[in-house]
Order: sequence, then structure tokens, then C-alpha cells
Amino acid sequence: MVDLSIRLAGVELKNPIIPASGTFGYGREFAELYDLDILGSFSWKGTTGEARLGNPQPRIAEAPAGMLNAVGLQNPGVDMVIQEEIPNIAKIFHGPVIANVGGFSVEEYVENCRKLEACSQVAILEVNISCPNLHAGGKNFGCDPVAAAEVTSAVKEATRKPVFMKLTPNVSDIAEIAQACANAGADGLCLINTLLGMRIDLKTRRPLLANRTGGLSGPAVFPVALRMVWDVYQAVDIPIIGCGGVSTAEDAVEMMLAGASAVEVGAANLRDPYASKKIVEALPDLCERMGVEHISELTGGAHHG
Amino acid sequence: MKQSIFTVSEIRQLTADTYAVSLDGDTEAITAPGQFVDIALPQKYLRRPISVGDWSLGHLLLLVKEIGEGTRELVHLSKGTELDILSGLGNGFDMDDCGSAPLLVGGGIGIAPLYGLARSLKERGISPTVVLGYRTGADIFFAREFSDLGCRVLMATEDGSAGTKGFVTDAILNARDVARDYLMACGPIPMLKAVWNLPGVRDGQFSLEARMACGFGACVGCTISTVNGPRRVCKDGPIFRKEELVW
Repeated sequence: MVDLSIRLAGVELKNPIIPASGTFGYGREFAELYDLDILGSFSWKGTTGEARLGNPQPRIAEAPAGMLNAVGLQNPGVDMVIQEEIPNIAKIFHGPVIANVGGFSVEEYVENCRKLEACSQVAILEVNISCPNLHAGGKNFGCDPVAAAEVTSAVKEATRKPVFMKLTPNVSDIAEIAQACANAGADGLCLINTLLGMRIDLKTRRPLLANRTGGLSGPAVFPVALRMVWDVYQAVDIPIIGCGGVSTAEDAVEMMLAGASAVEVGAANLRDPYASKKIVEALPDLCERMGVEHISELTGGAHHG
Repeated sequence: MKQSIFTVSEIRQLTADTYAVSLDGDTEAITAPGQFVDIALPQKYLRRPISVGDWSLGHLLLLVKEIGEGTRELVHLSKGTELDILSGLGNGFDMDDCGSAPLLVGGGIGIAPLYGLARSLKERGISPTVVLGYRTGADIFFAREFSDLGCRVLMATEDGSAGTKGFVTDAILNARDVARDYLMACGPIPMLKAVWNLPGVRDGQFSLEARMACGFGACVGCTISTVNGPRRVCKDGPIFRKEELVW
């Protein structure tokens, strides 16, 4: 019997598989399809202080082995999430939840995290300093080590919950940003967010997305994400949630071997609504074939020996 | 919603760019005309949302216009190809609230979901009049199939080669005896707005389309603004009431 349980900054998850923010809403749509309790956790839709409608249409495009999105942080706002979604999450999922928190100023990040402090099911705050879709705000924090550290320490002072900073890959040296967050007191890191990209429509000769650019996700980004997890694992000592193009149990194991303690599954949930469930179900056999008794022993395995 | 495997049983070319794609599979999740299916294609990452043309136990009919790489792949699949399909997506048309003689208005490939709607309405003893708009006479598809259901069919072509010359609104205004207090329409947004603005239109249901990633409400990629706030075309629609739309 393989032990799939893992620990993230003191939070125990029954397995390392976590649907990624922005691909799982607040769980409602997937709870209609399967019992969410099979999951280690899930990271809810990036939530900001005020409700946001997001970007104009169209905001989705196909890409080779993946997709682009320019949703633009559409969400009902943190107060509505606390009022409407958290009570519903308590009904459909009984494990620890990861709250993805967005913001457009240090004060907004702090305020959002404060508001979530009393929500006992929220076990980890995943601070999104990396959404590439916005014209201002989030993007800048994640691209600058000083700004990333500033958000990290401000949020850390405002909460007792573990704080994981979600990093953007759209930087020249992600390890530098990771170190800045770690030095500022982050309990962990989540990487990567989407890679900035675009498509052009041959008929109109204009960018396909109304926002012009969008975030690339899906299998296309997997090797990039894996390499960045590898680099960050060598640079910091705090746990990493690996995210980016994971579609199979094999991908998840690769991500752990590169240095991830847990793995987020994103675009795959949109292509196959049962993707996260199927990955969890495939892990025991895969681990057994690999001679792994405790899945946590995979973390960073590719760096040794 | 249900995820299951459908098998391509026949693909019949109707016009230069429009095809009838017949599939065999479990259609139990489809509960109303106007719903759609989301098809995983072997060479595409995102599923392709396609409205249900018609369905019966074990059979699914899609009317597909080749407009891009995804639809091109779909209409050129060979017989026997197995496809992973999410079925029974979206709300579908509400047939309990459309009166005894709704006017069905379709433009181009927007005609597709109206076929299953017309068939379902006829089975309930409701007799719709159907208005079909095409670019040219060569683009006409399924006009006879609507007649075969026993529906009165009005037609408009932009070049005047068949039916009224002009748009569906011209065909409706030409036929003075057509009741148009209740509309059920699908087609390009300018067409939907034009029929919505016809004098005498009291209420109606409009089928919208949007680029989608998931098709089941999770990614909110297809959100539009309505008078009731943001709504997902895939999950809260694709059928919207006249009073909900911000036009």
C-alpha cells in the first residue's frame, strides 16, 4: 500500500494532487461530476477585493498542445466568496482548501488575506503575484524581487496561515524571485503561472484575444515548468507546489522528482473534467511500479545520486 | 453532463462548407434542444463546442460549418472514428414558455439547433414557423428537412437566389401573416439584434456562442454581461431570454 500523503508547511494532504486556480472555480462544477474528497486539496479561483468581470470576449484561444486564456481574474470578490462559496465548499469538500488571493496593491493583498483568516477550511494562502492578464497590478509584483518580497512580508504579518507565493514564469530569473520570497518569510512557493503568449486571426489580421495577449497553459508548458521547479528547488529550502502542463500521473511524478512537494493540475481539468481524479487514481500503481512506498520520497529525487 | 465515447457513423456534405455529422453513442444526458456537445478532437487541445442539431436514443446529429482548423478536422473524420464527447451541456431552449406558434429564426449555421427544436416542438403539438437565412442559394441546407417536419418555412438569401432577397428580417416583414410575438433564434449577433428589434416582438429566447475552454462552467472563459450580472454562455446559457441581454 503506497502512502500518498504529503505535507506542505505543516498542512497534511491525503495526496499531492491539487486542481489549479482558475481551472476549478470554487469546486461547484466538478462536485456535480465526482466526489471531490479524492483530491489532496484544490486551489480556488483567484479572488480579489472587489468583484471583477474580467476582460472582454474573446478570451480563450487554442494553442499547439495547449491553450491561451485572458479571463482577467473574473471573480465575485472576497466578501461574496466568504458569504456564498466557503459555506458551499464545506458541503462538497472536506479537506484543506487553498485560497488563491489576487490583488492590485500590497494593501489589497493584506486585506484579502485578513478577511480569510477566520475561514478554518482555508489551510493555505496562495498569493497570486503573477497573473499576466492585467494591465496593472499583479504582473509587476511577480516580476520584481523587491516588490515580491514586499507583498510576502506584508501578507505574512497579516496571517497565521501558511503563505505560498505563486510565481510568474515571465521573468529572466525565477530563482531570484523565489529567493526574495523565501527570504521575506514565505512558507512555500507555487510555480508556474501561465506563460505570456498570443495568437493572430488570419481572417481579421488582428490578435485573436480581445486582450491581445493571454496566458499559455497545457502540455506545451510542462517542460518549462519542470525546469523552473528544478531551478527553484536548488535555490530555496521551502516547499514547492509544481504547476504547469501536468496531465498524467507520470507528469506529476516528474514534477515531484524535479523538486515539487505537491502538484497542481490546471488546463487538463478543462480538456478532461475528470483529469485530476484520474491522476489521483493512477498514482498508487505508478508508485508501486517505481518501488516507491511514500510518495513524498520522490520530492527532489532527480537532484540526488 | 456526461462524458462518453461516440462513434462517427456518417458524414454527409450538405453545401460547400456545411456537413451533417451523424454519431452513435449515449445521448441520455441531452435533455433539451439548444444544448451543445463538447468534442475532444485528436489533433486539438481544447474541445470544440457544437450545438446539437438533433438527437434520439443512441444517435446524435450535428450540423457543422467548416470555419477553422477544429471544424475542418471534425468534418473530415472517417466513419468509425471514436470521439470523447461531453454531452448535455448548457440549458437548452425552454419549450414550456413559447406560446402555441413561436417564430424560429436561424441565420447560417445558427440554423443547426433550430432543427431539433422544431422537431421537439412539433412532438408537443406546437407548430412553429421557421425563417432560414442563407448567404446564397448554394448555401441552403436543411430547408426541406424543416418542411418535412410540417413546419411553414420562410427563406431569405442575401443575393435573392432563393426566397426573399435580403435578410431574415426582410423575409419576416414580407410575410405579413406571420406571428412574431415570440422568437426563438440562433445566428450571428447582428441578426439576433435585428430580429429582436422588429416591431411586434414581445419576448424570445436567443442562442449565443462564445469561444470556450471547458464548456461546463469551470473556466469562466465565455462570460458575458447580462442585466443579471456576469453569465457563462456555456453553463448559464447558451440560451438567454430577451430581457436578460444587454444589447
